[in-house]
Amino acid sequence: MEKIFQKISLSSASLVFVILIGIFITLFNASKPAIDEFGFNFITDARWNEEVPLDDAKKAPASVEINLDDMDFASNDEILLDDDMLLDESGDDDILFDEEDSQTKTVYGGLIPIVGTLLTTAIALAFALPIAMGIAVFLAEIAPKNISHPVGIAIELLAAIPSIIFGMWGLYYFAPIVADLVGGYQVSLLTAGLVLGIMILPFMAAITRDSMNTTPDVLKESAYAMGATKFEVIKDIIFPYSKVGIIGSIILALGRALGETMAVAFLIGSIFSLPQAINDPTISIPVAMANNFGEASGLGESSLFYLALILFVISFGVISFAKLYFLKGAK
Amino acid sequence: MVMSIEKFSFTYAGASAPSLKNINMEIAKNKITSLIGPSGCGKSTLLRSMNRIHDLYPGNKYDGKIKLLNEDSGKMENILDIKKENDFINLRQKVGMIFQKPTPFPMSIFDNIAYGLKIAGIKNKTEIADRVEQALKDGALYKEVHDRLNKSAMGLSGGQQQRLCIARAVAVKPEILLFDEPTSALDPISTAAIEELIVELKKDVSIAIVTHNMQQASRISVYTAFMYLGDLVEFDKTENIFLNPKEKQTEDYITGRFG
Amino acid sequence: MRLLINKIILALSTLSALIGLGFLGWILITLFIKGLGSFHFSLFLNDLIDGGLRNLIIGQFIMAGIAGLVGIPLGMVAGIYLREYGRGRYANTIRNLSDIMMSAPSIVIGAFVYAIIVIPTGGTSGFAGAVSLAIMMLPIVINTTDNMLSLVPKELREAGIALGASKYKVIIDIVIRAAKVGIMTGILLAFARIIGETAPLLFTSETSNYFTMDLTQSFPSLTVSIYDLANEPEESSRDLAWAASFILTVLVLCINLTGRFITRNKNK
Repeated sequence: MEKIFQKISLSSASLVFVILIGIFITLFNASKPAIDEFGFNFITDARWNEEVPLDDAKKAPASVEINLDDMDFASNDEILLDDDMLLDESGDDDILFDEEDSQTKTVYGGLIPIVGTLLTTAIALAFALPIAMGIAVFLAEIAPKNISHPVGIAIELLAAIPSIIFGMWGLYYFAPIVADLVGGYQVSLLTAGLVLGIMILPFMAAITRDSMNTTPDVLKESAYAMGATKFEVIKDIIFPYSKVGIIGSIILALGRALGETMAVAFLIGSIFSLPQAINDPTISIPVAMANNFGEASGLGESSLFYLALILFVISFGVISFAKLYFLKGAK
Repeated sequence: MVMSIEKFSFTYAGASAPSLKNINMEIAKNKITSLIGPSGCGKSTLLRSMNRIHDLYPGNKYDGKIKLLNEDSGKMENILDIKKENDFINLRQKVGMIFQKPTPFPMSIFDNIAYGLKIAGIKNKTEIADRVEQALKDGALYKEVHDRLNKSAMGLSGGQQQRLCIARAVAVKPEILLFDEPTSALDPISTAAIEELIVELKKDVSIAIVTHNMQQASRISVYTAFMYLGDLVEFDKTENIFLNPKEKQTEDYITGRFG
Repeated sequence: MRLLINKIILALSTLSALIGLGFLGWILITLFIKGLGSFHFSLFLNDLIDGGLRNLIIGQFIMAGIAGLVGIPLGMVAGIYLREYGRGRYANTIRNLSDIMMSAPSIVIGAFVYAIIVIPTGGTSGFAGAVSLAIMMLPIVINTTDNMLSLVPKELREAGIALGASKYKVIIDIVIRAAKVGIMTGILLAFARIIGETAPLLFTSETSNYFTMDLTQSFPSLTVSIYDLANEPEESSRDLAWAASFILTVLVLCINLTGRFITRNKNK
């Protein structure tokens, strides 16, 4: 019996391993046709479902211009990243062809959803980070117990609200206000990023607070005993002490934001076009999958699997980085 | 006399009965005063009242007076009247505290000590460096760590960490230092080093120490207070407490009949 | 000066807490007003084809329930392995992978199940939806079991072994019992999480307007239908989506609170 039980438990645990490997292999196999067809150029190609003449298909894609000045909310790194991508695409965009006597084929490229995913996540993080830190500091250090306890529970409950609710609220109530203030479309990179930010807010605040609470009372007391102010204790004792956990929580929240589907699906606009400005609609990887999987077939479906593989690899990398580097001792 | 405690009572937030009842005692200048008694007698609670560290947690109630000597004016001022944050900060810079477990801050050895100085408003780099060095010497730690001042303080041994905390507290030149069982988490050799250090320090500061170790109290202190169940049973010169106690309870505790 | 900075920072942090809470309050109030406004008891009696939600709620519960039937025992036994039997690198690797899997994008899990079940079987099905949810649930249950077992004192195991019980007996009869409340709470929270999931169901179960118990066909899903309804132009569809969202949120929060309540009672 002992042996049997041990075997069963070992195989259940190994199931995790099997599933993760299975996800990777399955996605890889399913995206194989697209990988064979487009290779790594897929990542930098902005064309999705476009007909091009056969002999042009393998060539470098048409160059795409992004008006950098308009993307004032995006971080510099993000822009640099895009810039690098653009440099590779020295364009021979004189695609002249005669439809009647040259064969055409359909080209799929992942640049737009990849950029959309990264930008919405960046906006979400830029928006949520300061507020989440403020909430965490408020809960851990400022509010008296009889306030911080119920507020803390409220925040945790809000983290449990299904993401589809955030998306629906964002589309019908939040986006119109943002569009009035900033101008542009109601469905856009900006509104999607902001709603995504609001969605990860409670999650980020709750785990940051938990990290901050691991600071031993006696350490705080000894700083107060030297005459430090509350802010100094927070800045010099609590943050350094719980730094590792806090950074880990932020990256974990980032990992969640990257893969979030529903909150973004309502708001990003779901168009395959590179955003020229922060309030333009575009698309992200999860949304491209959510809205096109049902109808896609052949190379289109395979390209969606390729996108899923890219998303899986990115978020796997981000989350394991957070877990292994920052949250190792957290348990 | 640098501190006098008069008719002092203390009630924890939410507690129905006070944890300290009608305490009267004083802390003598440049002397060591011990607080002894069985666990739960209130000795730490009393010590933590002396720089009002209790006030980090809301709802606690003080009664009576704790007066601290103002060295400038020579007057005794009641620290229980303090309400403004600024005055709390001043109080804590005057009345430092060392805890049961070493509490190195998550920064380098140098920064640990410089931290209090920076808080106290010292900006001059050379002055900070000088005073850090002096404090480390006062804390009998300089020889051991002078070549790794920029390493994290977490790498020190428990005894070294505790001496670092003492050096950190000494660096801001407090008038009183409160020690809350500073050696209970340490081995005998580190304990001896700390005891020696405390005796050495009394030429500059007045000291109150809570200890569960009666030998320690008799070795280092001039005055001893014996507390039991929130009452101050007896407060006298150490030799009187240990050799010639007036109260039966004190005698029973000293001779090991309870506690 | 120091005090001024202190005041400013503390005020800013309180303000940001208020902003954050304001947003979240706004969402809840909207949900409450819109949801309650369109709520009617007959929603529980009719199927979607007749303008009700009955089939969707039942369908969602059936899929989540099957996911639980598969995911909970597997996850618990795997958690037991990690804490009680697993030694060294292999167990640690599994533990890390399970943590990572917990945060993996749910839509990717949907794509995986689409590739291994939906394509081979030729269509979306309740079965495929349940498998997606089970995969989502597995790492959460593993994590909870692992953590809760780690809180059981070593002496308890040693006492059991000292009585002559075999290791698995000690685990099942003593250790699990000691950690029961914590594990149950974790399972309830996991259930609350998967019952509100949409992304992994979009192209595995899809949804259906009709009541069905046939797991081999497209299966009614509350969340997927909310997504469809909310994107329809008619006001009535959107009102139904709000009512459904309201019911979903109340369900999720109730399950969540039940879990917390159990833990709190235990701690008293």
